[in-house]
Amino acid sequence: MSKRKTPGLNTGAMSDISFLLLTFFLLTSSINTEQGIPRKLPPPKQENTEDKIVDINKRNVLNVLVNFRDEISVNGDVIMIGDLKGKAKEFFANPNNDPSLPEKVSKPIDGIGDFPVSKGVVSLTNDQGTSYNMYVQVQNELQRAVNELRDETSLQYFGKKYEGLDSAAQRAINTAVPMSISEAPPIDYGSNGAN
Amino acid sequence: MSRFRKEGKKETPELNMGSMSDIIFMFLFFFMVITTMREASLKVHLKVPSATEIQKLEKKSLVANIYIGKPISKNENTLPPGEVSVQLNDQTVKAEDLKKDVREFIGTEKESRSMEDRDRLTFSLKVDKDVQMRYVNTIKQELRTNNALKINYAAGKRNKN
Repeated sequence: MSKRKTPGLNTGAMSDISFLLLTFFLLTSSINTEQGIPRKLPPPKQENTEDKIVDINKRNVLNVLVNFRDEISVNGDVIMIGDLKGKAKEFFANPNNDPSLPEKVSKPIDGIGDFPVSKGVVSLTNDQGTSYNMYVQVQNELQRAVNELRDETSLQYFGKKYEGLDSAAQRAINTAVPMSISEAPPIDYGSNGAN
Repeated sequence: MSRFRKEGKKETPELNMGSMSDIIFMFLFFFMVITTMREASLKVHLKVPSATEIQKLEKKSLVANIYIGKPISKNENTLPPGEVSVQLNDQTVKAEDLKKDVREFIGTEKESRSMEDRDRLTFSLKVDKDVQMRYVNTIKQELRTNNALKINYAAGKRNKN
């Protein structure tokens, strides 16, 4: 025997190593989808125009106030975050035409026909000391109330949930159930207590 | 006659594992390419709140991020009273430059997009959940005066209970 065979390298472990690398990358990197609660800010104030004080009927406003201790009050009543959705939903829907809840105006909407659109506006005021988490939770609950109403309206008129509609129908539902939040300038009661 | 008899135990041929690692490496590169690391390294602690009604933003290229949170290192610039930093691009902002920097940030972000995309540009506020609203309100005010009206409160997904 003249030539000795070189022993083959065991490459089985190589694949183990690359597997480890693979799982490491799978866990650490994320297909970073940007997600969140989208909102629109009101356009900037014009310098030369006076603030127009829009007279809104008291029944059309739901005053939501979040203080620096993250407590929520709705029209003066202190409530828990879990009750906010129900309150907001009742406020926007006003199923029994209660005179203390917002009035509705019948509007012709493409694809739906005449629909009583609520004139209700949620006025959201937060304190400078409110935590961002609570702020997002409040926005989330309000969004949830509107989304549920949109789903209900959508089921009634199109027989499908809002998500399954095409964009024209979604626009019709958006007009029928508007998301109207108006943010008041923040107050600063808790600046000493919260820091 | 041993010539026709099978010789003892026949060894099963070993599988060639070499190409296995090639396949896995290909996987690895595939994932490294499609997933994106954060383009800016974070200078602030960030734990965004979770919410149920979140929506996905349409396009990642149409999003500009503003990070607000507690600074990771002590050397970062903070806003008074010194607990919270605002990060634009990959730098934290000095308190006295806040207005100027936000304006410039909005300007450069808008300029780097084409005309029709400028109105669809969303500013995503990635804010730590423990941050007080005063900092968020300041940034929102600046966004508003600079006519950057589409914003997004970044939040994680939480299931409805």
